[in-house]
Amino acid sequence: MLSCKEASRLVSQGMDRRLPFGRRVQLRVHLAICDGCTNFSKQLALLRRALREFGPKSS
Amino acid sequence: MNDFRSRVEGERPYLLRYASLQLRDPHAAEDAVQETLLAALAGEASFAGRSNLRTWLTGILKHKVIDAIRRSMRESTLIPEEDAGEFDALFDERGHWVDAPGAWADPDALLEQQRFFIALEACLKRLPHKIAQAFMMREHLGFETDEICKELAITPTHCWVLLYRARMQLRECLEKDWSGKK
Repeated sequence: MLSCKEASRLVSQGMDRRLPFGRRVQLRVHLAICDGCTNFSKQLALLRRALREFGPKSS
Repeated sequence: MNDFRSRVEGERPYLLRYASLQLRDPHAAEDAVQETLLAALAGEASFAGRSNLRTWLTGILKHKVIDAIRRSMRESTLIPEEDAGEFDALFDERGHWVDAPGAWADPDALLEQQRFFIALEACLKRLPHKIAQAFMMREHLGFETDEICKELAITPTHCWVLLYRARMQLRECLEKDWSGKK
């Protein structure tokens, strides 16, 4: 079972490379039961969107 | 001074802010902006018909920023490997969040708000130099991770650590300083 500390690292890494199959499964299981990490994952996705839009139109 | 020239000059403060956020070196930022303004003045004809001067100038500047990053990376020395141990305090001994991330407002609504972007910019400014650079390269300039590793002369593992640190610090900064939390 992954800890939140490990899961948070995998969420981040998963945005930069394709995680190995076993890790992806572990992460999915963890996210299914953990609200904190699910929120964390949504926040990183939002950051990605915000940084793409960041620029002349946003500021 | 003709009209186009003074309008271009008028965008200098914004462009400098944009470049400084990514380059963190006032001279490099100043140079990139100067090159952008010169290119813009020489290329007035290619602006003709476009509606937004700032957007057009930022597009030119983005390329100048990428060039500047590539130049400075070739000159910089290797950065030592680091672990992301500084976040240990955010987790208890079993690895659970001490203060679990909360639910933020709806992304579509958030991204409509200028004050969200103001908070984001303030939080970006607080990131350490190398972390900010790796993060902006990845998320704003659209580099792939292996390209960042190459430009920064670091291992993929180190690259993931830098990006992880950027994201952890940013989300914490936003959650703390910005009241969009439900």
